[in-house]
Amino acid sequence: MNPNIDDYLDGNAAAGELSNIFAMDVTAAEGQCAHCGAIKRFAEAHVYMQGPGLVARCSVCQHALLRFVSARQRVFLDLRGLTCLILDTSQLVESGR
Amino acid sequence: MMWRVGTVVALQDETATARTITLKVPDWPGHIAGQHVDVRLTASDGYSAVRSYSIASAPNAEKRVELTVERLPNGEVSPYLTQEIAVSDCLELRGPIGGWFVWRAKQTEPIQLVAGGSGIVPLMAMIRSRALAGSTAPFRLLYSVREPQAVFYREELQALSDHDRSMNLTYAYTRVAPKDWPRPPSRIDAALIANTTWPSKLVPTCYVCGPTSFVESASRLLTSSGNDPEKIRTERFGPTGERQ
Ligand SMILES: Cc1cc2nc3c(=O)[nH]c(=O)nc-3n(C[C@H](O)[C@H](O)[C@H](O)COP(=O)(O)OP(=O)(O)OC[C@H]3O[C@@H](n4cnc5c(N)ncnc54)[C@H](O)[C@@H]3O)c2cc1C
Ligand SMILES: [Zn+2]
Repeated sequence: MNPNIDDYLDGNAAAGELSNIFAMDVTAAEGQCAHCGAIKRFAEAHVYMQGPGLVARCSVCQHALLRFVSARQRVFLDLRGLTCLILDTSQLVESGR
Repeated sequence: MMWRVGTVVALQDETATARTITLKVPDWPGHIAGQHVDVRLTASDGYSAVRSYSIASAPNAEKRVELTVERLPNGEVSPYLTQEIAVSDCLELRGPIGGWFVWRAKQTEPIQLVAGGSGIVPLMAMIRSRALAGSTAPFRLLYSVREPQAVFYREELQALSDHDRSMNLTYAYTRVAPKDWPRPPSRIDAALIANTTWPSKLVPTCYVCGPTSFVESASRLLTSSGNDPEKIRTERFGPTGERQ
């Protein structure tokens, strides 16, 4: 992973796709990296869009936190890079969703 | 989240390459300043492309959503949105999206906004939202832009800062500056951050938005000048948009 390449986005850019799976906003969710232990908002993850999917990487150690692929009416979600994801339920009330 | 359909009700050029699209979205649930939408374009053969665009307008009761799009010459979606689309056309959108890169009118702490190019869009929603809510939260905007003609919302920003001493505005030009401008065209640096942004001891919440490389360097400068990384919220538009 070359840190000088700026071809990544962040968790904000992934939130629309992930709204198909999560009922709550993921950008404000706190996630713990299974590799380095850093706890960061999902918005801060580095996101790489890859064809029909995306990978979100820890902004501290660059290990994959979440992989998502959507193909032929199936969604593959790999969360083994996250030890924990804490979602904020107050967002549900605020947006009326 | 489902796709909604919006109808274009107005188009306005912001610069030679950027345009504001006003949409009326009948089932719009309302939004918070800083959120974005995903726009989906579908060709007649079924091929579709999805791109994210920040909401420029303040939350409003009229179910109106404004987007400002910068045209990338070889882009797939932005040339369509800035050149082809016409009033009364329909656009598919998903949103509002995001609950982290947002400013809520109940926030009273000092706010530091740092925009690079089209990264001004969600920050403008925050500035408009603050004005509409009658908030007195002290705001500072540092707006880095290629040249004077590339500034979005110039008159509105000027009017809002002229009439309000707690709304402060600084432009940083990277390629061409106006005549007699005190600072030669250059990227934002430590001195500019030190001279124009809130002292870190006031513990401002910072919102940084623009091309990825801009966001990385601006947030690093804010951290080096003493701001707690926890107080810096960022949104990256990718390698696209203007190179800073
Ligand atoms: C959360 C979020 C919010 C956003 N909000 C806005 C917004 O409010 N307004 C806005 O205009 N855009 C916004 N963007 C960017 C937008 O989503 C698109 O990426 C942009 O409009 C380009 O799409 P396109 O289809 O025209 O270009 P694409 O076809 O996607 O890209 C063209 C290609 O050119 C490359 N490229 C383009 N310009 C350059 C350059 N200057 N230097 C190097 N490579 C380049 C790109 O890497 C890409 O490979 C936002 C992005 C995100 C993630
Ligand atoms: Zn990590």
